[in-house]
Amino acid sequence: MEITFQLSWIDYLVMIIYFAFVLGIGWALKKFMKGANAFLEAGRSMPAWVAGLAFISTNLGALEVMGMAGSGAKYGMLTTHFYWVGAIPAMVFLALFMMPFYYGSKARSVPEYLKLRYDEKTRGLNAILFAVMTILASGISMYALAILMEKVLGWNFHISLILSAVIVLAYTYLGGLSSAIYNEVLQFFIIVIGLLPVVFLSLHHVGGWSGLKESLGNVATANGFAPDAYTSMWKYTGSAAANPMGVEWYGILAGLGFVLSFGYWCTNFLIVQRAMAAESTVAARNTPLIGAIPKMFVPFLIIVPGMVALALMNDPSAHFSLPKNAAGQPIYDYTIIALLKQYLPSGVLGLGITALLASFMSGMAGNISAFNTVWTYDIYQSYIRPTTHDREADEKHYLQVGRLATIFGVVVSIAAAYLASMFGNIMDFLQTIFSMINAPLFAVIFLGMFWKRATGHAAFTGLLAGFVVALLHHGLTAPEGANTLVKGGWITVLHVYPVEMAQNFWTAIFAFSTSAIITVVLSLLTPKVKADEELVGLVYSLTPKLVEKDVSWYKRSSSLAILVLVLVTILTVMFW
Amino acid sequence: MGLDIKYPIGLMFTLMGIVLTIYGLATMSDPTLYQKSFQININLWSGIGMLIFGLIMLALVKRNKKAE
Repeated sequence: MEITFQLSWIDYLVMIIYFAFVLGIGWALKKFMKGANAFLEAGRSMPAWVAGLAFISTNLGALEVMGMAGSGAKYGMLTTHFYWVGAIPAMVFLALFMMPFYYGSKARSVPEYLKLRYDEKTRGLNAILFAVMTILASGISMYALAILMEKVLGWNFHISLILSAVIVLAYTYLGGLSSAIYNEVLQFFIIVIGLLPVVFLSLHHVGGWSGLKESLGNVATANGFAPDAYTSMWKYTGSAAANPMGVEWYGILAGLGFVLSFGYWCTNFLIVQRAMAAESTVAARNTPLIGAIPKMFVPFLIIVPGMVALALMNDPSAHFSLPKNAAGQPIYDYTIIALLKQYLPSGVLGLGITALLASFMSGMAGNISAFNTVWTYDIYQSYIRPTTHDREADEKHYLQVGRLATIFGVVVSIAAAYLASMFGNIMDFLQTIFSMINAPLFAVIFLGMFWKRATGHAAFTGLLAGFVVALLHHGLTAPEGANTLVKGGWITVLHVYPVEMAQNFWTAIFAFSTSAIITVVLSLLTPKVKADEELVGLVYSLTPKLVEKDVSWYKRSSSLAILVLVLVTILTVMFW
Repeated sequence: MGLDIKYPIGLMFTLMGIVLTIYGLATMSDPTLYQKSFQININLWSGIGMLIFGLIMLALVKRNKKAE
C-alpha cells in the first residue's frame, strides 16, 4: 500500500497555525529568561497540572505513538501492559516516595542528586552517559521525522531535517525549559484531539468495540489462539504459547512492571525534570499522579486503532494493508499512518499529521532541554567553571552557557541524525546500549534514598558493574531469528530468547540485581563517609515526613494516588 | 513564568476550530471528500469540538483574571 499523502491547502493551514503558536510561545517567554534558573529549571514555577501533562507528553513522542499502535496491530490488547503495568505503578511510586527527595534536596538534576547523596564520581559517570544518550535520542528522533516527511509527505529529507531542527532550536533557545514544557502541554492536546477522528472512524467502521472483538476473534482462531486472545490482557498469560505476545504473567510483572518501568520512570531525568520544575513540593509530588490519569487512557487512543488495523488487514473487503519491507514483512510502525490515510479526508488529515510532527518535535525539545541542564550544571559547573561569589553574574553566565549548550545540542543532534541515516544499525545499537543504564541507576538511587548506609564508592562501582553486566548479557544472548548483531549476541550466543522483549526484560533484571548486590556488599565493606546530618532531605529515614494537612483533601498526593490505583484496577478488570 | 498556558491553547484551538468548521460547512455537498469517512462530515464535527474546547480554555483564563 502506498503511504504518500496528497496534502491540500487546508492541511497546510492547520499545520501552519500550530507551528505559529509553537514559536509564539517561545517568543512570549523570552522576556522571562533572566538567569540560568529560569532557563534551565523553569524557575520552579509550574502548576502541577502543567508539569503533569508535560510529564506524560515527554513520553508520548512520535516513536512511542507509532510503536505502540504497531504493537496494538501485532499483539492486540496485551500491549496495554506497557501502560497499566509498565507505567502507572512506577509513576505512583515516583510521586509518593521519590519526588520528595528529588525536589526537597534542591538538586537541579538527577545527576546532582547523586552528587549530594553519594559523591562527585557517581554524578560524573551518570551525567556523561546521560548527556550522550539524550543527544543520540534527539538525533534519532530527528532522523525518523525527516524519513517520515520524505516518505509520507514527499518532502526533501535534508530540508525536513534542517527545518525541524531550526524550529526546535528556536523555541528552546528562546524560552528554555519553560518553553519546552508549555509546548509539551500544547502538544498533548493536539495529539489527543488530532487522533480522536481516527479512533472514532476506525471503531465506527468495524462496528464498535463489540464488532472489533468479533473480527479479532476470527483472526485469533485462525492463528491458533482462543477467540478473545487479542482482546484480553491477563487471561491467556498462564503460558507463553497461549497469547500473541509470547510472554507469561510473571515475566510481565517482574520484567516490565518492576525493573524496566521503575528504571525508566523513576530515574530518567528527561521525565523527572518536568516534576522538578513544579512550583512546590506538593505540586512536584502530584505531577506524576496527574500525568498518570491521561496516561492510562492513552491505549484507547493509540492501541485500539492499531487493533482495528489488525482486523482490517485480515478482511479482504477492507482493502487495507501495511507497507512491506524488503523481506515482505509488514512494517508495523506505519500502522497509524496507514490508518490516517484510510480514514481522514483533507482538513482533519492535516490535524492528524500535525499531531505526529508535534510529537516528534517535542521529543527532540525534551531531550535538548534535559541535555543543556545536565551539561551546564553537572559538567560545566562541576568541572570547567565552578560558581563564584557573585551569584548574579553567575546566573547570567550560566544562562549564556545554557543557551550555547542548546545550540550545541541541536547541531550535534543533526550530526547524529546524519550518522543514523548512514549507519542506522550502529545508532540503534548505541541507543540500546545507553538504555541499559536505567536499571542499574534505579538500583543505586533506590538504595540511596531508602538506606542511609549506602556509600559513594559502592554506588559508583555498582552503577558501573550493572552497566557492564547489561552489556555482557546483551552480547551473549540473542532473540530468536535475530539477523543483526544489533539485537545482541555480538560476543557469542550462549542463550536464545523466544522474543526480543524477553531478552530486554532479562538484561534489565541482571543489571539491576548486579548493581543492587554490589552496592549493598561494598557499602558494608566501605566506611560511611557522610554523616546523618548531611543526608537529611536525601534519605527517607532521616527526613521529616511531608505534612499535607494544610492542603485540601482532593489535592493531597495520597488521595490522588488512591484515585489512580482504583481507576487502573477498574480498567484492568474490565479488560482482563 | 508569567504566561498562562491556557491562553495560547484556547486561542489556537478556537482558531483551528473556526477554520475546520468553515471548511466543513463549505464542503458539505462534497460526497467524494467524505467517502473515506463514511459520509460523516468529520471536519465539521472536529471543528465544532475544537471550537468548544478552545472557548472553554479562554473562559477559564478570563475567570482566573477576574479572581485576581
